[in-house]
Amino acid sequence: MAEGRQAAARRPLVFAAFALPTLGWLLAFFLVPLGIIWLYSVGENVSLTRVETTWTLSNYARILEPEILELALRSLRIAALATLVCLVIGFPMALVIATASPAAKPWLLLAIMLPFWTNLLIRTYALLNILGTRGRLNEALGWLHARLQGTLELLGLDHPGLMSEPFRPFTFLGTETGVVFGIVYVSLPFAILPLYSALERMDKSLLEASLDLGAGQLTTFRRVLLPLAMPGVVTAAIITFIPALGQFLTPDLLGRGQVDMIANVIERQFKGANDWPYGSAISMILLYATFILLALRAFADARRSAARDAR
Amino acid sequence: MQRIRRPLSLLRTDRRRFMQAGLAVGVSLKLPAAAFAQDGQVNFYNWDTYIGEDTLDNFASETGIEVQYDLFADNNELFAKLRSGNPGYDVIVPSNDYVERMIVADMLLEIDHDKIPNIVNIDPAFVDPAFDPGRRYSLPYMWGTIGIGYRKSAVDQAPTSWNDVFTSDKYAGRIALLSEPTNVLQLAMKAAGKSLNDWSDENLAAAEQMLLAQKKNITAFAPDNGQDLLLAGEVDLAMEWNGDILQVMEEDDDIGFVLPEEGGLLWEDCLCIPTGAQNIDNAHALINYLLDAEAGADIAEFIYYATPNAAARELMDEDYTGNPAIFPPPSALQKSELAIFPGQEMLRKIDEAWTRVKAG
Repeated sequence: MAEGRQAAARRPLVFAAFALPTLGWLLAFFLVPLGIIWLYSVGENVSLTRVETTWTLSNYARILEPEILELALRSLRIAALATLVCLVIGFPMALVIATASPAAKPWLLLAIMLPFWTNLLIRTYALLNILGTRGRLNEALGWLHARLQGTLELLGLDHPGLMSEPFRPFTFLGTETGVVFGIVYVSLPFAILPLYSALERMDKSLLEASLDLGAGQLTTFRRVLLPLAMPGVVTAAIITFIPALGQFLTPDLLGRGQVDMIANVIERQFKGANDWPYGSAISMILLYATFILLALRAFADARRSAARDAR
Repeated sequence: MQRIRRPLSLLRTDRRRFMQAGLAVGVSLKLPAAAFAQDGQVNFYNWDTYIGEDTLDNFASETGIEVQYDLFADNNELFAKLRSGNPGYDVIVPSNDYVERMIVADMLLEIDHDKIPNIVNIDPAFVDPAFDPGRRYSLPYMWGTIGIGYRKSAVDQAPTSWNDVFTSDKYAGRIALLSEPTNVLQLAMKAAGKSLNDWSDENLAAAEQMLLAQKKNITAFAPDNGQDLLLAGEVDLAMEWNGDILQVMEEDDDIGFVLPEEGGLLWEDCLCIPTGAQNIDNAHALINYLLDAEAGADIAEFIYYATPNAAARELMDEDYTGNPAIFPPPSALQKSELAIFPGQEMLRKIDEAWTRVKAG
């Protein structure tokens, strides 16, 4: 980092030549549109097609309606659950990849990244096929159920009441479970990669030292591995939680329209309801939440490196 | 002291890589083809799978005008795209209530009937609608209904009323509704015996309550795939567009379509020229061609929606003209209504009611 700063000081023209296109792109295609959305959020519809910035807070006030708060709570709950599941599944997977042999590592990474490159819509449609009442998952569970029943019969343990009923397929679609499943499925690569990155950089000898000094596996995990990997865990949590909060496709398709989240409301404002100021206001709230989380993380990072420097 | 020669920058690139990167960026920047007026071209923005197989090729060979064909998924996408200015389209295909909306918003150009000789082909019933008196801004393309698709073997009789999907629990857990707030609330009002255009606060509140009460019996709010759910056996009753149900009726004889006794929703897709169109003469030529008897018959044959073109209808066979799902009997049509544009205020109330239904 310091090197870069020195280079920038030594050759400012070269630095500018490389930084300017990126900064220009960022300005033109990110900051300016974001600014427009922000101006819309404090504006009003003056006709069917025009929004005027009147510096009104009425759009933000509408967010305090009970149904919006209800949907916001539901979105937070679903996003938090999906993030938790992603971390719980992703951490072991990242650990496996980080400790794999150099020959196997690229293949494992490819296995994680490949679904990532497939379009989100297609992956979600695939889940429709898997999670339906007659989908693959229920098929597999039904098969297992039948095998278990058969085994019990064989062993003469088939009492009525114990696995005697035929298999009733689980309903995943149209429920929060299905939606969480879908969000975990599309977010898992986002969770695994920062975890992998943090675990990869970690000094493995510290783990060996801990085990040598007599700590058990669990204690080593809890008191050495986890704290060292914590920056990666926090990053993974943030970049899984924020997009999960803004999902509208997965609730629409997998939730069958029964499990609306806050982003579905935003989508409707820009489409049927033709109320761009209101949609912009809700979008800005999500954005403020993102910025706050990122700021907290940067703050925590700064504190941690200050503590490290002071040591 | 030896002078260490450093590379020109810390990034260690060279001219070749810089040029490659530049090429990559340049390729990604492309002006839309429709940005400028072109001779011999017309930019047509239409629904997906909503034209005959060879229609546009035939038009090109007959008139020498090339068609730049773009697709949109629904009226909202069309309106959102054109809201901030015409990105270059010459002919668009909004539905009747969106035609009304766009007329109010000054987004459509008047059509010069002198340039449309084929206007005489239009069925008299479509010549002077309430949403565009005198057909100044739109000409009819296709029409249809929203009714109930059902699986014949799963019901003891064809559904007779909208209450079968909106209030009754006879088919609990086997019902799919559309996910468009306006359409669902309109037909809930029909179930309550009101007109689907009677947008009053009381009617809206009653429709909202009806939906909240029925929500537990509904399997899905299907955006576009109610007919797929019906086909797969996930639901037995699906509120759907007649064309979608017709598609799956081809694949499965056990599926039927009915307009309930209260009447369904009539929709009409129209050809319009948006303001800011660059190729107005070519746009008129395309619209005239689409209203031709032969071309209209080809289109109707392929997409199997009801055509308002009386001359094209003459050329079609009994399978098409006698199909009650395409051309409903007068008794059912009588009580079916075309939707009006509710106005921006009411749109907001509709959306709030819908959010309450979805959050509840």
